[in-house]
Amino acid sequence: MWQYTLKRIFQGIITIWFIATATFVAMHSVPGDPLSSERATTPAIRANLEERYGLNKPILEQYALYIGSFLKGDFGISFTQRNRQVNDIIREHFPVSATLGILAVTFAALGGVLFGALTALYRNRLPDTIIMFLVILGISVPSFVFAALGQLLLVNINNLLGFSLLPVAGWGTVAHMLIPALVLGMSTMAYVTRLMRSSMLEIIHSDYIRTAKAKGLPAGRIFTRHELRNAILPVVTVLGPAIATITTGGFVVELVFAIPGLGRFFVQAVQQLDYTVIMGTTVFYGAFLVTMVILVDLLYGWIDPRVRVQ
Amino acid sequence: MNEPLIPALTPEDFTPVHQREDVHGLSRPSRSYWQDAWWRLRRNRRALASLWIVVGLLAFALIGPLLWRVDPARQDIDQISQAPGADRSAVIVAPYQPWSGQPTAAAPVQEGVLRLGDVPTSQAVRLVWDALPGASGYRVYRNDYPIDAGMAFGLPIIDVMASGGGHYEDRLNLRPGTYYYSLVVLNEFGEITDRYETRQVEVPRVITEDEVRQRGLVPEEQALALGDTVYLAFHPLGTDYLGRDVLARLMSGARVSLFIGIVAPFLYVLLGVIYGSTAGFIGGRLDQLMMRFADFVVALPFLLFMILFQVVFGLGPGQSGIIPMMVALVLLQWPATARLVRGQILQIRQEAYISASRLLGAKTWYLVLRHMIPNTLGVVLVTLTFAVPNAIFTEAFLSFIGMGVAPPTASWGSMSNEGLATMLTHPHELMFPALFISLTVLAFNLLGDGLRDALDVRMRSVE
Repeated sequence: MWQYTLKRIFQGIITIWFIATATFVAMHSVPGDPLSSERATTPAIRANLEERYGLNKPILEQYALYIGSFLKGDFGISFTQRNRQVNDIIREHFPVSATLGILAVTFAALGGVLFGALTALYRNRLPDTIIMFLVILGISVPSFVFAALGQLLLVNINNLLGFSLLPVAGWGTVAHMLIPALVLGMSTMAYVTRLMRSSMLEIIHSDYIRTAKAKGLPAGRIFTRHELRNAILPVVTVLGPAIATITTGGFVVELVFAIPGLGRFFVQAVQQLDYTVIMGTTVFYGAFLVTMVILVDLLYGWIDPRVRVQ
Repeated sequence: MNEPLIPALTPEDFTPVHQREDVHGLSRPSRSYWQDAWWRLRRNRRALASLWIVVGLLAFALIGPLLWRVDPARQDIDQISQAPGADRSAVIVAPYQPWSGQPTAAAPVQEGVLRLGDVPTSQAVRLVWDALPGASGYRVYRNDYPIDAGMAFGLPIIDVMASGGGHYEDRLNLRPGTYYYSLVVLNEFGEITDRYETRQVEVPRVITEDEVRQRGLVPEEQALALGDTVYLAFHPLGTDYLGRDVLARLMSGARVSLFIGIVAPFLYVLLGVIYGSTAGFIGGRLDQLMMRFADFVVALPFLLFMILFQVVFGLGPGQSGIIPMMVALVLLQWPATARLVRGQILQIRQEAYISASRLLGAKTWYLVLRHMIPNTLGVVLVTLTFAVPNAIFTEAFLSFIGMGVAPPTASWGSMSNEGLATMLTHPHELMFPALFISLTVLAFNLLGDGLRDALDVRMRSVE
């Protein structure tokens, strides 16, 4: 187990290095540069700015400096927002995205497991049909439609009640988070429900469930102890990638609900060619995702001993 | 006397036993893998229905623009943000004439302080008001909604600092419909007081004869008289915020969205098949190396890199942004297929029929073409079908956040993005493209499910 963990961590570090390099290469092949805007008015000012951001050095030296500062955990200074550290931007806006993402994953996992188990228990009966119809809807409707509809619904509910039940947009309190998180988690919830259903159906027909029934265990105990626990295993594996899609998928939800998350900053930075912010955010996100996937893998090995043996 | 070990044999013993013909014959006609798959797919009603939807969508994109010949970029300034089925009639009036400020003879007779000075039209709304005691001035507001107690008056149009009666002609961006004009009394400091009067005004659409001729709304030879009703251009699904025909834009958007959604997955699945089968077939260290590289590409944060690549490939003037998006999709999405195909190839290599074929002297190329490719084709086809909704989602997502196709190119995603701004007042601009995205994704997902059940024995879903 320890050897496996160390191997995964080592692989993770190399992956993060690859992400950093890919970002660097991508950013340096962009036509135009961040100084071509109004700030570099004269050649002298331009030279000074290039000096400050290290853009006048040879590309390999820039690369070495870039990797070196990443190792120190320093992502540099923003090009467009004067004297603002990229670290500060991340520190300020990432918690917002992360809170939203964690809440969305929680909704998706809890709802998915619950609905998936329900559909398997009521297979080919009304609850199954209804939930599977909703699942197909959840997979097929783009998140921005859910976001727009969710907002429209909130406006109408608030109008109908005459007071603000839940805020329509913005950020700050738990009330602000509920609907965006639900919208964000919707497609993952649908996916988890589907997975849970098929995994549950497989387990219901397995030998040990028949044994459990034969020795007279009550149905509730079979459900919680044997069926649910074993059926959840495949769900855990998709949670790692799900966190990835949910945190980046948050862009749209952040846009529609006016949430000051990192996604909005990233899009803005790309439009303004803010080199340091783009590179910092991408590498940070990449590192975050790699860490999440490794954690989920290790968690899986801990939950399911069969994986550990291999 | 010795008993013979074998009893005496008679010629009858050597006649063949009765042959049961029925066990040798084929009870059903033999079916190949693909015939069987087609047969299974045809029995799956959901998959078949989605196949028809896909065919319908392709027809909508390819044949639609030939039948509905409306330029998707043409702006109909008379009909902006019109819902489907909105009133298209317009009454012909004389060209605009300046107004003296005196109520005209045609003005409707009304009670109250604030009155109409002339028949209201979408050309101009003319208001007159009487002096109110104690007023130092008046402010006129216009609103699209009724004025309830405590609600806003709407758009302030003009301040008149004169205590006597006055008049005002509103020609500001008038649309056919209902307006609520409010006259609010100002005190001597020019501040609004709580004395006001509101008048509801129905504004009909009018058009001058010159405009009718210019836009070719009626045949050349038709005579027109004042007061005649003409009909503006027909938009079956309404118009967007620039007055462009939604149906025509949906059709040209379908071309863009389906092109990206079908061609990009085809390309990256092809790349994945080549990469994965090469790795799987060669094996050894090169395989390890190639798959490690694929793992790295998988680890890249997908949407962030999609956005980055969109910028890297750059958009020159007049470009639509379709090609950069395709390149970015291909560069980032191939590893999943590569992994899958490699696994398949490794598995098939172990199969007994490959060894048998080798024993019979089959060459490598024969093995690849005759056994490996046909046996992975089913899985690849299923992957491809599931890749289409993914690519359509990605395109819609990127266009929605404004990093996708560049205007004026329409795609379903960019149309949804534009529709979001007017969602509260004109929901049809968001709903139609969203409906098409959902329908396409749904159809390809169900088709993928059906294909998987038909083609892949191992992955057949539990029912």
